[in-house]
Amino acid sequence: MSGARAAAGFEDPDRAGPAGGSGQHQPAAERAAGGLLSKRIVVGYGFWIFLLSDIVMFSAFFATYAVLVDETAGGPSGRDLFNLTNVAIETACLLASSFTCGLASIAARTRDAPWFHLAMAVTFVLGVAFVSLEAREFAGMVARGAGPTRSAFLSAFFTLVGCHGLHVSAGLLWLLTMMAQVFAKGFRADILRRILCFSLFWHALDIIWVALFTVVYLMGAGQ
Amino acid sequence: MSEADLPVDADTAPGDERNESLTTYLAGLGLAALLTAVSFFISGTTLVWGPSIPVALAVLAISQMGVHLVFFLHITTGPDNVNNVLALAFGVLIVVLLIGGSLWIMAHLNHNMMPTDQLMRMQR
Repeated sequence: MSGARAAAGFEDPDRAGPAGGSGQHQPAAERAAGGLLSKRIVVGYGFWIFLLSDIVMFSAFFATYAVLVDETAGGPSGRDLFNLTNVAIETACLLASSFTCGLASIAARTRDAPWFHLAMAVTFVLGVAFVSLEAREFAGMVARGAGPTRSAFLSAFFTLVGCHGLHVSAGLLWLLTMMAQVFAKGFRADILRRILCFSLFWHALDIIWVALFTVVYLMGAGQ
Repeated sequence: MSEADLPVDADTAPGDERNESLTTYLAGLGLAALLTAVSFFISGTTLVWGPSIPVALAVLAISQMGVHLVFFLHITTGPDNVNNVLALAFGVLIVVLLIGGSLWIMAHLNHNMMPTDQLMRMQR
């Protein structure tokens, strides 16, 4: 119905939904499907909703951490435990990997397989560096007797930071899957949609890390 | 690949941008690196009044999240992005309610609760 209206030259200025809104640079014939969006947009939007729900889950962990941050039960606090140099390197790794992930999505768009594989490989290496630095930090804390069982503060810390680390690890597995799929099947439309979702996931993890290093490490170490 | 080969739609998927380019990602990387560096610098400095540091850190983190959203996830204010922005706004609302509400309630509970040693003495 909206296709017919668009073809007749009607434009509803209040309609912000699928078929209205940004018609100025598109001929009406290309929107003749009347609100039926391409699968890429539906998939991307659905994954965006999932990411927002993931962020809501992280916000619950953040709230728990913020409530429990002073309950150290006589044990070490953030100021005794956090090594900001380590955190700065982790941050640099994750930010650079977000950038190379963006380069990979440009390469996917231009169907440039060698650049895609190179950018994804660099992203993988940086992600592995991040996860191993975090694992080393966790192992060091547990070895000092500051494991998750020591205090409510440390339980909340390991839950929050560990959950982000698990997300990054899952993202690394997904990254390898995407490289293998592009290698075996090429840039098919469904593969490109998966690459879109993967890059959204990876960038969203970097956003969560920004909140994490600010709230947990910088505010925790500076108190 | 030219612009004409791309599927033309009235909406954009999050993460998609019609004129996505290296410059966008470079600008995002530069801004994010700058904000991160300022955050790390300011957290250990004695140049500014102490209690203002957490506020400054929060402002820097929120602006860096904005940089990531715009330059990496391509969430913009354009008319083709209304659905993505509305979903984001709803997500932010829930996050603010959850974190703000938890801190508010727990602060009141802590304030109104008798100290534990006193409570133990009463039970004896």
